Amino acid sequence: MGLILSDDQLILRDMARSFCEEKSPVERMRTLRDNQDETGFTRALWKEMAELGWVGIPFPEDLGGSDMGYGELGVVLAECGRVLAPEPFLSTVLLGGNAILLGGQESLQKELLPGVCSGDRLLALAFQEHGRFSPYHVETRAVATGSEFRVSGEKLFVLDGHVADQIVTVVRSSGEAGDREGLTLLVIDSGAPGVTVQRTTMMDGRNAARVSFNETPVDAGRLLGEVGHGADVLDPVFDRATVALCAEMFGSFEEAFERTLEYLKTREQFGVKIGSFQALRHRIAHMFGELEFARSVLLDAQTSIDEGRDDVAECASAVKARCSDVASLIGAEAVQMHGGIGMTDEEETGLFFKRLKAAEFTLGDAVYHRNRYAGLRGY
Amino acid sequence: MGSIEDFRSEAHDWIEANLPSELRVGNRKDLPKELLGAWIQAMASRGWVAPEWPTEYGGGGLDRSHAAALRAELKAFRAPVVGGFGTQMLGPTLLELGTDAQKEEFLPGICKHETKWCQGYSEPGAGSDLASLQTRAVLEGDEYVITGQKIWTTGADRADWIFCLVRTDPEAPKHEGISFILFPMDQPGVEVSPLRLIDGSEDFSQVFFNGARAKASHVIGPVNGGWTVAKRLLQHERTTDGGSEGGITGAQKETYADVVKREVGFDNGVLADPVLRQRLASQEQEAAALSLTMRRAREEARAGQTARDIGSLGKYRWANMVKGEQDLAMLALGAHGLGWEGPGFEDTQLERTRAWLSTRSDSIWGGTNEVQLNVIAKRVLHIPE
Repeated sequence: MGLILSDDQLILRDMARSFCEEKSPVERMRTLRDNQDETGFTRALWKEMAELGWVGIPFPEDLGGSDMGYGELGVVLAECGRVLAPEPFLSTVLLGGNAILLGGQESLQKELLPGVCSGDRLLALAFQEHGRFSPYHVETRAVATGSEFRVSGEKLFVLDGHVADQIVTVVRSSGEAGDREGLTLLVIDSGAPGVTVQRTTMMDGRNAARVSFNETPVDAGRLLGEVGHGADVLDPVFDRATVALCAEMFGSFEEAFERTLEYLKTREQFGVKIGSFQALRHRIAHMFGELEFARSVLLDAQTSIDEGRDDVAECASAVKARCSDVASLIGAEAVQMHGGIGMTDEEETGLFFKRLKAAEFTLGDAVYHRNRYAGLRGY
Repeated sequence: MGSIEDFRSEAHDWIEANLPSELRVGNRKDLPKELLGAWIQAMASRGWVAPEWPTEYGGGGLDRSHAAALRAELKAFRAPVVGGFGTQMLGPTLLELGTDAQKEEFLPGICKHETKWCQGYSEPGAGSDLASLQTRAVLEGDEYVITGQKIWTTGADRADWIFCLVRTDPEAPKHEGISFILFPMDQPGVEVSPLRLIDGSEDFSQVFFNGARAKASHVIGPVNGGWTVAKRLLQHERTTDGGSEGGITGAQKETYADVVKREVGFDNGVLADPVLRQRLASQEQEAAALSLTMRRAREEARAGQTARDIGSLGKYRWANMVKGEQDLAMLALGAHGLGWEGPGFEDTQLERTRAWLSTRSDSIWGGTNEVQLNVIAKRVLHIPE
């Protein structure tokens, strides 16, 4: 099982699809972008998604969650991807929330996660320090002094960092940049002394920020996992977030594919539909294959998490390598096949193209994940 | 039917008792003939040459999951695969479209593996455009008289019978004048001339018909309605290929991945060439994705969910995957992969050369990659031409 949607998942998909079509057409994302909206998404909509139980999907009921699986989460995220909804699933639920769920003491979970599930608390995970994803390449330092840490350093590409209430931060307490050992995860209030958050405007209209820490004091009780062993928490957090991101990407490139297919059937040049040209037919048929293979690999990766299989890491890298390649292909072909109109900001193809490129580079591109996959497979 | 577990354990014991150790080496061409013959007879006696066909025709009468369990056991023993055009292609087509008399006449011979079949589809002037075929069949009394030429006929030199596409109405539009007919190869009007391919093999032949004869009762489906039958049979062919796994091709004892790892070597536990490492990961992921996609299609069909026809997609991706695996092994071997025959090369290296050459045809036969993409565009994506 797991390679097809269950009846319950089909119902959830239909519900999510009508919700997104009604409340979040692609136009909403454009308006948020053009208005340089302060939040960058719609808090009221996020609250509605929380009330529907979607925000709390991966969290247990005693923490306010709805205790469902990545199969269900994937269904919702794919629909969000279809309409380019910028709500903070990745930052708040999958990165920040999962880090606290997988690494936090019970008291910390009880303090922070119910607010996440209710849609009131926003989180971010500050991990990246370089352009290309390289999770252990951390130079931000934490020095332990008595019952607290002092954190100094700078992070970039902190998703939703400008609105997060807490920023889960990956710091180095020993070793050198690149070492898996020596990482530590700390929950830092965004208003803490020495924290500077600079919002950055991104190509895809999504939210990200540069966050710097200058001798920021963090209580030892805000530690996730063990000092120096943060990677033990970080790895499974990234695996889950990566699989969920792929579900969102899938929704986006499936929509871009379907719009392009429709365009080939309607656009006329030389007196015929351009879909009659074999040069285009072969390319879109190939894209269909990529889409179907991505669907299978995604469903399998979601199942690997939900069934607690021991190959989650392999599945996560397999699906991100594939979805990154497919996003790149379908994004580029959608623009190319739409021709000049595809280059305009007015036509929505470009919005999908830009979101897909950003998602391709988020949490590791295809080259990164093929290397990781090879390592996991013993070569 | 008993539980899958019981059946699987019964099948395991039976294979253990009946399959000699000399045959537990996969599909090799040099298997001892007598042992192989005895094994095939034993399999036929259980109906396991065609495990899912009805027992009245000599099949095994198993449902899909029991048959899958049997195949898994056979694979675990590395048993040689018994079957061919009869079991994989003609049989399923006859079960679906043949008359009772035709099923009774032909299916038992396939189940006993007594009748070897070959496929008369392509002609020198009808490759991708198969429906333009010109081989003529003219009715004389209760027999058709056949004149023309087929090409790329696998195993024609060994086959007892042929299933053949012939033109029975030259005036009709090209798809509507074709019939699907069966006739014996051992008769005066049939001449077989083997073709040598770029990999040195001679499995394919040209077949010339000059007054060959076929019984009118051996037309499958309606006269002039053979194109539908032909397409149905091709779907069985594509299902077969898309569903099979890559990795070990034919007689090869080591996988392409083994070759890459051995030839490229390791540096601190990591494959020494970063580009070949990327390509190996891609190939392994592609094989996993193909197998998942085929499984998903079966699950969708079982659950009654609208399944898109992915037969053409499976064939297209499978062909590219198999070719890619051999390409990668060749890249890793370099000059060791260029040997043709004789001393100076190991057998495994020579086999690899031939396998690389032979797999070039996987994107050609059974519908070229380009034809598969055309089919997807038209039949799956419904883009008007």
